[in-house]
Amino acid sequence: MKPFSKDLLVLNPEQEATRICDRIRSLMRNEIKRRGLIVALSGGIDSSVTAALAVKAVGASKVFGLEMPERHSAEETLSLSSKVAGHLGIQTAHEDISGILEAFGFYRRYDEAVQSVIPDYGPGWKSKIVTSDIMENRGFSVFSVVVQPPAGEQIKQRLPLNAYLEIVAATNLKQRTRKTLEYYHADRLNYAVAGTPNRLEYDQGFFVKLGDGAADIKPIAHLYKSQVYQMAEYLEIPEEIRSRPPTTDTYSLPQGQDEFYFALPYDRMDLCLFGKNNGYSADDVADSVALTPEQVQRVYDDIDTKRKTTRYLHLAPQLIEPIPEIKE
Amino acid sequence: MTDTTTTIRQFIIDNFLFGDDAGLEADTSFLEEGIIDSTGMLELINYLEEEFSIEIDDDEMIPENLDSINNITAFLKQKQAG
Repeated sequence: MKPFSKDLLVLNPEQEATRICDRIRSLMRNEIKRRGLIVALSGGIDSSVTAALAVKAVGASKVFGLEMPERHSAEETLSLSSKVAGHLGIQTAHEDISGILEAFGFYRRYDEAVQSVIPDYGPGWKSKIVTSDIMENRGFSVFSVVVQPPAGEQIKQRLPLNAYLEIVAATNLKQRTRKTLEYYHADRLNYAVAGTPNRLEYDQGFFVKLGDGAADIKPIAHLYKSQVYQMAEYLEIPEEIRSRPPTTDTYSLPQGQDEFYFALPYDRMDLCLFGKNNGYSADDVADSVALTPEQVQRVYDDIDTKRKTTRYLHLAPQLIEPIPEIKE
Repeated sequence: MTDTTTTIRQFIIDNFLFGDDAGLEADTSFLEEGIIDSTGMLELINYLEEEFSIEIDDDEMIPENLDSINNITAFLKQKQAG
């Protein structure tokens, strides 16, 4: 076994892109049997790389991009996703989902849930959910809401069960609304939907079931996030997107993925996941991620916990007995 | 078995195990056995706070206090004494 180092995650992007594109074409031809691919563009690195690979695999004329901002989206979302679409030369549709979310009662439901713990929360305030830091805290995950009044300091308040579940349920409407529109366009064009999770997200269940977790093909689900960045460079994704820190773009306050879900920023999380998957001990990995072996072990344990608790997200509908005539 | 232990055990069986208590011992780890996940832990905390009229602080949400029937019983005893 090679000694552990960051270099283990370095791939040959040209070779990998060719392998992915061959596989996409083969799956489209033999399994999925649709004529092209829909990719939802968020202006982030994962959707940009997925779209670029789709273009490389089936051609720009068979890839359709969707830009689906809403009231809480970051301002740069639209300009960045348009930039990617322009760079790739693909057709796109712009679907502002604020109206649909309004009709679902999303904004009201969300605001009411936050108000149940912070009664003054209202128009002009911004908010996000954060979790306790597993590196600092050896207890169970505790979720808190952070709010920013129009003037003054941020306020952080622990969420009781009902408020937490209501906020998550409400925000999941965003991902599911987007997916509904992706399938609308897919059906209209006789295309399939490409999902955009990277390996960290896929493995650790960082997606919404039947929301961003739904897709016909997930071209980068096997790539660690740092490998997605390597692919982005090879595929000449605009620099602005490659240098943007990963964000969930789900709440009105900017929320880093490591504030809400992962124990560490993606580059170090990648190394821990790779180390664990490939039989490296916490001792082997510790120096490369600037942590103690005990801390790496805590991350390893957290990886196992997340795999267990998010198994439900990966499960297809369960049957009482197999139906042998139907192949999954 | 104390009344508290019985009450907690029944909550775990009703809420997380759909009535099947096979394998649930007083010292069974909820997390290791996959009986309770992180959202389940929030449910448990919510239940304990309401049922026993206590407030559980963030730094008390640790396995030593909450990860088995025995641990919860001991934790409640200590909370109620305090």
